[in-house]
Parts: sequence; structure tokens; C-alpha cells
Amino acid sequence: MANYELNAKGLLCPMPVIKVQQKIQQLSKGDILMVYCTDPGAQFDLPAWCRVHGHTLLAVQQQPHEITISLRVG
Amino acid sequence: MTTIQRKAVALISGGLDSMLAAKVIQEQGIHVEGINFYTGFCVEGHTHAIRKRDADKVKRNNALWVAEQLGIKLHIIDIIEEYKNVVLNPKHGYGQYLNPCLDCKIFMVKKAKEWADEQGFDFIITGEVIGQRPKSQRKVTMPIIASQSGAEDRLLRPLCAKNLPITVPEREGWVKRELLYDFSGRNRTPQINMAKGFGLNDFAQPAGGCCFLTNEHYSKKLADLWQAKGKRDYEFDDIMLLKIGRHLRPKPNFKLIIGREEGENLFLEGYRKQFTHLKVISHMSPLVLVDGEPSAQDLALAAQITARYSQGKDCEKVEVQITTQSGVSWVMPVVPLASNAIPETWYV
Repeated sequence: MANYELNAKGLLCPMPVIKVQQKIQQLSKGDILMVYCTDPGAQFDLPAWCRVHGHTLLAVQQQPHEITISLRVG
Repeated sequence: MTTIQRKAVALISGGLDSMLAAKVIQEQGIHVEGINFYTGFCVEGHTHAIRKRDADKVKRNNALWVAEQLGIKLHIIDIIEEYKNVVLNPKHGYGQYLNPCLDCKIFMVKKAKEWADEQGFDFIITGEVIGQRPKSQRKVTMPIIASQSGAEDRLLRPLCAKNLPITVPEREGWVKRELLYDFSGRNRTPQINMAKGFGLNDFAQPAGGCCFLTNEHYSKKLADLWQAKGKRDYEFDDIMLLKIGRHLRPKPNFKLIIGREEGENLFLEGYRKQFTHLKVISHMSPLVLVDGEPSAQDLALAAQITARYSQGKDCEKVEVQITTQSGVSWVMPVVPLASNAIPETWYV
């Protein structure tokens, strides 16, 4: 199990989801991925994407112009 | 004897018809997963995400939301680059605007078939209904889509299957034809009743469709872009910027993209290093990007137009900061252009 990061800042939905989808294909079950986004839509789309694919959403942290979403690969 | 679990991939747009088509096949015991293609022209979320004034609107991705309702996986595929050829060279032509709907459907079914082959899925489902769309969903286009996509009789349209020739999943007994439907025409009542029957009460029905290419204003801006470029081509950033702001073309050699509110200005900020940009510094002002090759005289006009859209529009003089792509910046005092000095023909 390892920790990974993905910079999806400046991307509009659904691009953050597509980038996460691509990244997760290279990861293993149990790995943690931190995703940095700026599109407010990501805080809805990424949790929804995690739910339909069986990944675990760990946290959504919202700063003024940035959202950090962490998830565990299922 | 063990039965093989058959698998279908459903094209999920986020609208009602594709959701129902997938549901009908799920109900027959087929394992369904969804696929959604991102072309760059999708209306989904973008403008809501960008504009502050749309802050209260739902920002959900409808395709993902549909997948959750159905309890299926959804694979979102980036086809931005490949899709260019569909937009630029549609074999079957455009619809009312620059929407290449028939070529688009053929392309998406073809991509879904490729995905199905790679992933070991048995057939493809769409939510098409004969007569639903004037360009792509007609009796005559259904076999064209099936054949030119290469899907042939592995393409099943559950909502109108009874009006179409039998397909592989029906012939092989994977799905029962008698449990499929014979919808046709633009009447939405059968779909809405079916949704109620399935207990699906919340679904997206965008009035203008889910693609910016079906939008008259957007298509005009895209045509203007091609004319200014001198060729039919685009980059991803081009088509994103066409979704944002007020576009004015005072002269053939340059265009201004003017943020209309805080959210759009924030979005345009991200493009400051790629464009010469202007902002009134003596008053509240939108950010204005200059797309093209403006002369010094053109920049003076751009500054006056920028001033017109600032809160200093009625002042005798305002100060406009102009910054080039290379970062060179200077301040130009200008008289804001009078509103009647901006002809309608400048608005793209």
C-alpha cells in the first residue's frame, strides 16, 4: 500500500474524474490517492465516481480556491 | 450446466432514454456497465461550475448520477482529440447548426464496440428511439449507425427494438424480445411512464440537449473561430473559451473575450499567460482576453471596450492595464467607448 498524489487543478469536470480513472488503473487495492482540484464540481463527481466503482472516499477538504479529495483504491 | 453471465455496455448520456435502456436490459439479468464519452463540447457541469451566478444549480455529472441510480459502473472516456475529425469532417453533414449528430452517434457506438471487444462484453445498448431526433434518430439512420460503427447486430436499442430487425442478444436468447419496447416519435410520455414504473423520479431532460454544438450561439462562435483561423480546426482551449464570456470581434484580426461575472473572470485568469489581456485598474472591471494579432491601435480600441464593460464606463477617463503574453505591462488612460459605438455586428 502506498500514497499517491494527482494534480487536477485547472481542469473542469469531467476531466478530474477521467484523470483519476486513468491514475487508478496503475494503482493497487488499498493505495491512497490524494487529488487536488479547483473545479467545484469535482467535490460531487469524484465521490459519485468512487461509489459506483467501489473505492472508498476518505475526505473532501475545501479551501478557498482548492479542493483536496482523498480516496482509497477498492 | 452453468449459464454464462452475459454483459452489455450501455452508452450513458445522463439523460432519461439511455438510463431506461440500461435499466430494461438490467431487468433481464444482463450485467450492464455504462460508458460516457467526453468530447469537450459537453454542456455538463461546465458553465454551472464556472459561473458564480449558477452557484445554486446542481453541479452533478448526470451520467455518474444515472450510474448510481442503476447501480452500475460508469467509464468516462476522453475522446477530445479523436472527436475533432467528427466535428471537422462529418461524412453525413451537420444538423441545424454545427452538430454532426449522425457521425457522432456512429463514432460513439464504434468506440463503445472497441471497448466492449477489449473488455469482453457481448453487446452494446443505446437509448435511441426512432423518430426522437430529426438528424440521428430516424428509421433510416438506425441501420446506418449499426453498420458504419461496425457494431452491426450486436447493437441493441431496447426502447424501440420491436420496430427494428432482431439482434444477436435477442436471437441468442440472452434477452427476451417480447420484454423490449416499440417506442417511436418525439412523445416523451411512454418514457416518463416507464421511469415512474421503475421508481425513477429524478432525471435530467436538458431542453437544448447535452452538446454545445446543438446551440446556435455556440455554433456561430465556432464558425467565427474557423474563419479567423483561416481553417477548420480547433484546440481544446479554443472550444472551452467559446463557452465562456462575451465575445466581440471589432476587426478580423482580433477578438475580445470579456468575463461577464466573477466566476468567468476567475476562469479566464487561468488563460492570462496565453493571451494578451486587459483590465481597468481604476475601477471594478472584467478580465478581457485578446485572441488574435492586434496592432497598437487595436489595443487602444480594446482598452476602450474594456473600459465600457467596467464600472468606470460613465467616467471621462479610466486607466486600463494591458499585459502581453510575454508579461510586458503598461497602463493606458482611455475614454470608455460609448454603448452606441459598439455595433451589433461586433458581437459574435
